[in-house]
Amino acid sequence: MSGAAATAEAARPAANGAPLVRVRDLTVRFVSREATVYAVNGVDLDLAAGEVLCILGESGSGKSVSLRALMRLLPRAARVGGSVEVAGEDVLAMDERRLADFRGGVVSMIFQEPMTALDPVFTIGRQIAETVRRHEGVSRAAAEARALELLELVQIPSARRRLSAYPHELSGGLRQRAMIAVALACRPRLLLADEPTTALDATVQIQILLLLRRLQEELGMGVVFVTHDLGVAGEIADRVAVMYAGRVVEEGPVGALMAAPLHPYARGLLGATVHAGLRGTRLTTIPGAPPSLERLPAGCAFAPRCAEAEAACLAAVPAPRRPAPGRMARCIRVADGAPAEPVPAARTG
Amino acid sequence: MNETPTHRADRGGPAQPLLLVRDLRRHFPIRGGLFGGQVATVRAVDGVSFAVRKGETLGIVGESGCGKSTTARLLMRLLDPDAGTMVFDGEAVGATGAGGMPLKEYRRQVQMVFQDSYASLNPRLPIEDTIAFAPRVHGVPAREARERAHELLAAVGLEPAQFARRYPHELSGGQRQRVNIARALALHPRLVLLDEPVSALDKSVEAQVLNLLMDLKERFGLTYVFISHDLNVVQYVSDRVLVMYLGQVAEQGPVEAIYERPAHPYSQALLASRPSMDPARRRTEPPLTGDPPNPVNPPSGCRFRTRCPFAEPVCAERAPAFADLGGGHEAACHMALPGSGHSRAGRLAA
Repeated sequence: MSGAAATAEAARPAANGAPLVRVRDLTVRFVSREATVYAVNGVDLDLAAGEVLCILGESGSGKSVSLRALMRLLPRAARVGGSVEVAGEDVLAMDERRLADFRGGVVSMIFQEPMTALDPVFTIGRQIAETVRRHEGVSRAAAEARALELLELVQIPSARRRLSAYPHELSGGLRQRAMIAVALACRPRLLLADEPTTALDATVQIQILLLLRRLQEELGMGVVFVTHDLGVAGEIADRVAVMYAGRVVEEGPVGALMAAPLHPYARGLLGATVHAGLRGTRLTTIPGAPPSLERLPAGCAFAPRCAEAEAACLAAVPAPRRPAPGRMARCIRVADGAPAEPVPAARTG
Repeated sequence: MNETPTHRADRGGPAQPLLLVRDLRRHFPIRGGLFGGQVATVRAVDGVSFAVRKGETLGIVGESGCGKSTTARLLMRLLDPDAGTMVFDGEAVGATGAGGMPLKEYRRQVQMVFQDSYASLNPRLPIEDTIAFAPRVHGVPAREARERAHELLAAVGLEPAQFARRYPHELSGGQRQRVNIARALALHPRLVLLDEPVSALDKSVEAQVLNLLMDLKERFGLTYVFISHDLNVVQYVSDRVLVMYLGQVAEQGPVEAIYERPAHPYSQALLASRPSMDPARRRTEPPLTGDPPNPVNPPSGCRFRTRCPFAEPVCAERAPAFADLGGGHEAACHMALPGSGHSRAGRLAA
């Protein structure tokens, strides 16, 4: 066994009891000569082992940047602050060598576009086997056997034949499964998913969501799943964090949050999501557009679009308030320790 | 305005469909091999018939490769059909002589909005010039065309004084799509083809644009063909719905019938694939396995049979005809056709 695998093993006992992911006051700025973009502005996240957290947000909310920070997949221009701990290790302090072992070994990522994540000039089998050999140092034959096992795990039909297929020879759904197989090759403890079902057709999307949920349960992985689609979050999340302008504005168990969101932005988003039974009614909308990340307002970033905004909202960024166990919202109208308004009893997810 | 009122006139009366499409067909050859010969055919649209009634919104749903975007391009005549006829308010589109409507005239009455709001705008033109462009081409004087552009900008919720001189890159995605909608309305069309108009927008912006589309339809007396892969959006906007699969119509009918009593197994599976929006009642089994097959060399008989849980030998032998389920609801499935030879035949028709 290689030194890399040994290090990964050694890191595990230290993580016992601690959350799998612990992010505190994460900030990411992109600095260029012309402007500074404040993409992530103080994000706290916790994830227990075996838990699925959905980060829900619209374009520019900082959801993907936050996700990438968890495995330091950000360009050099990014200035990252705060702390990111995964499996008890300080991700921001890792040297390049440790980082290479960490990526793929402890944490792995799947993307929206499998065509850009898979290498077009190598077969699927070779890409999986290579990952296994790199991290676990096993023989070629053992790695190839593992590749077959993985394709069967992600339910690719005629798996043995598909080992020698190139990415372009597979359909969209099979490619997505192959990418998941590559990501799971070294049994990561944390899987990061960046809108992996957004480009898929409805009948294929539900297949991939069900597959991810089953794999997550079987392998006991923690999953951070980024999506803009509330419906997708409802199918896969245990907890949801809603992001707006680089901050988590609300967080809670998926059932409670979808039944009765606390933050005006989360309420607006839920109201603006078209679903059955709205025919003939006018959709509720959120007026205006999100703020420019180059010039964020001083107070609550949602205040300019919020019907309930008052002077205090503009003065300072609202502190997190926790009206009920497990729930948090950054809104001054949400009471601490008790529900802000009489909300119907939330279903538990 | 030098536009004659006849352009907007309702010629055939309310009972005459605004657009009647019969057996529309478009195949694309795939060339390859040593001599560049034709090696295969993509049957993108393969015998599609439907009517668009005056004042309605016809929704077209389906997955990638079902031919919905090719259908839109055929309807706009951005592509020429290999076969089939199109009749616009009683006049044959593209036909010359009496009872025919020249293409230029047809394209004036039918306009299109595309999914990619950026690619469909000229990056070098201020948006008022983009909107005024088509009226100018059709002979409207410059000043009048600009006034019309400003009226339309106001109608789509963009204050002309603030936005008229902006370039596409200075606008957000939602604002750009508003410009595309204004541009589509500049020639006072009667039919607007909306090809995934809100698919690239964020949810909060999507709702704004959908509300706008509903308002404009009312205000200008428009008829819409709304193409989308988003079943919830199609249900929200449509009066009638067409479900497409591999270049053919699987089922069509009033929106309530399609969403509450889908008869085709594909429509049923498609609708059941929607997220439940209720974490307490999640799906446990996918309604379908596999991906939609490639429209190159589609299956014989019923094209859905390779993924259909009820497929029987008859489904491979013959393509199903449309079964009339009443009220304009029809489905192309042997199970809905009494006497088709399928063991479940007739159970649905009652």
